[in-house]
Amino acid sequence: MEGAELAGKILSTWLTLVLGFILLPSVFGVSLGISEIYMKILVKTLEWATIRIEKGAPKESTLKNSASVGIIQRDESPMEKGLSGLRGRDFELSDVFYFSKKGLEAIVEDEVTQRFSSEELVSWNLLTRTNVNFHYISLRLTMVWVLGVIVRYCVLLPLRVTLAFIGISLLVIGTTLVGQLPDSSLKNWLSELVHLTCCRICVRALSGTIHYHNKQHRPQKGGICVANHTSPIDVLILTTDGCYAMVGQVHGGLMGIIQRAMVKACPHVWFERSEMKDRHLVTKRLKEHIADKKKLPILIFPEGTCINNTSVMMFKKGSFEIGGTIHPVAIKYNPQFGDAFWNSSKYNMVSYLLRMMTSWAIVCDVWYMPPMTREVGEDAVQFANRVKSAIATQGGLTELPWDGGLKRAKVKDTFKEEQQKNYSKMIAGNGSLN
Amino acid sequence: MIAPSSRPPLSPAHLPGPLGRVSGARPAASPPTPFPPAVSQASLVRLHHRFQALDRNKKGYLSRMDLQQIGALAVNPLGDRIIESFFPNGSQRVDFPGFVRVLAHFRPVEDEDTDQDPKKPEPLNSRRNKLHYAFQLYDLDRDGKISRHEMLQVLRLMVGVQVTEEQLENIADRTVQEADEDGDGAVSFLEFTKSLEKMDVEQKMSIRILK
Repeated sequence: MEGAELAGKILSTWLTLVLGFILLPSVFGVSLGISEIYMKILVKTLEWATIRIEKGAPKESTLKNSASVGIIQRDESPMEKGLSGLRGRDFELSDVFYFSKKGLEAIVEDEVTQRFSSEELVSWNLLTRTNVNFHYISLRLTMVWVLGVIVRYCVLLPLRVTLAFIGISLLVIGTTLVGQLPDSSLKNWLSELVHLTCCRICVRALSGTIHYHNKQHRPQKGGICVANHTSPIDVLILTTDGCYAMVGQVHGGLMGIIQRAMVKACPHVWFERSEMKDRHLVTKRLKEHIADKKKLPILIFPEGTCINNTSVMMFKKGSFEIGGTIHPVAIKYNPQFGDAFWNSSKYNMVSYLLRMMTSWAIVCDVWYMPPMTREVGEDAVQFANRVKSAIATQGGLTELPWDGGLKRAKVKDTFKEEQQKNYSKMIAGNGSLN
Repeated sequence: MIAPSSRPPLSPAHLPGPLGRVSGARPAASPPTPFPPAVSQASLVRLHHRFQALDRNKKGYLSRMDLQQIGALAVNPLGDRIIESFFPNGSQRVDFPGFVRVLAHFRPVEDEDTDQDPKKPEPLNSRRNKLHYAFQLYDLDRDGKISRHEMLQVLRLMVGVQVTEEQLENIADRTVQEADEDGDGAVSFLEFTKSLEKMDVEQKMSIRILK
């Protein structure tokens, strides 16, 4: 009996603490500064760890380059130069050297495949999962690492899971309740309040520290917000600072419950799986949504899949054909505190969330950018590329022309034909063969 | 040759506790010996990571489709021949040693390699072996000779539909004639080597892995 009473007391104190320090401030959007203190301590610890590692590591085994620089020395000269230089030359047996070298280089490392796995860190951040090439340095470092594991798994994880649980339940209950009200400005205000509160709680469930830049360019009603995609958490990060109408497929299970609840309180655009295939239907519904200036801005991720936050891949033109004002947003995570990238082929949603909740923190920067519209004489693809460049420049990401769909599908034949054309021009194009 | 100071200091895998299990540096199955010794230890680890990244369904080996998924390789005019070079003897799978064996051809030639114990087998990245790799890209049926017909087929692979049959035949004829010395209408490996003796093969067919 005593044990049960004690456990009950601990649980109730725990819950009151959580309520007082985290939940109530979330409602009002106030921060008590606890996370700032946590982050400061964390940064100091990681700096200390980095110095220890650099002092302790023998020179040859320190990882000098991060993966984004590349592991092979590349010679980026175009085809003409690489094929031993003379213009208007004919086919030589030695042409094979250039192509085989380029081919093998692509096999060892290509721009695209590396974007579908997590970025390597330049210095270790005391998480086992990022321990790619860092060797045992000293006892003290190991002790700090062990302490880190204890803190993360035994203190932070239960707290975060509790918060996530509370956040999601509040969201479902809150939106269902608000959905009962008749349409009015009160309903909109309440639904905003519920959304924002629950998102803030969920962000604290991940120990998220988000910096919003240029808030004056925050997406307006009747517009479309596009952003680069790294993980499902992107949605959480954006909705903490404003309400959006989401677009997506109807899911089953927990996601489905959340979706159905949310749509009662404010109009999101959920499609059945069969409807997603019909592009005209999708475009039509989205057009209808943005035509109504009172409706919230739509949130779209034009890459179509999660990329590892070192680059921005091809934006699919569908979102840019709808018309309306595009509000670009760049999201850049700081990988030092936790890797937010969802490698859907390696981890399912639950293990991904667990990894998120056992990282140090999720730190990211969000830049709102001035709105863009399609110019006269510009087609959807060019517009998409323009927006993509703007986002890449703002976020400090590299720009790649490849399609994120390469994660799962093969490259189109048209690209190969282009290469073949280039080569043919060289060996046969100028017509003069002996 | 394994690079001289390649033994890493004690890795976290040797510490007690969960470190040993989860660390990403340890390959799931360590590469079996004997190993082609032409690649350094650190590079091997990198290549193993790459192998695992390409092996989408975690099969433990690569199939042709895994290699075809690489965009930059699929658009390479010789892409199909390069992929084929990983699957000698009609096999359908390439395991990690086989993967490294092909890549070892492209290891840069270091100075220490040149004074060699003549009893040891020639390293895979010697000039002769590099040329042999290139030769095999042309030699479709692996009979040791590049016939005019094979030359034509490879050329067709490289240019697709962009060049007419007649032009292609002219190119193939010219190329075979220039290299063919004994007049048998085909290019043997020796003739191939001779026609490229002035070419800096070591530099053109080398990929340097940054440490």
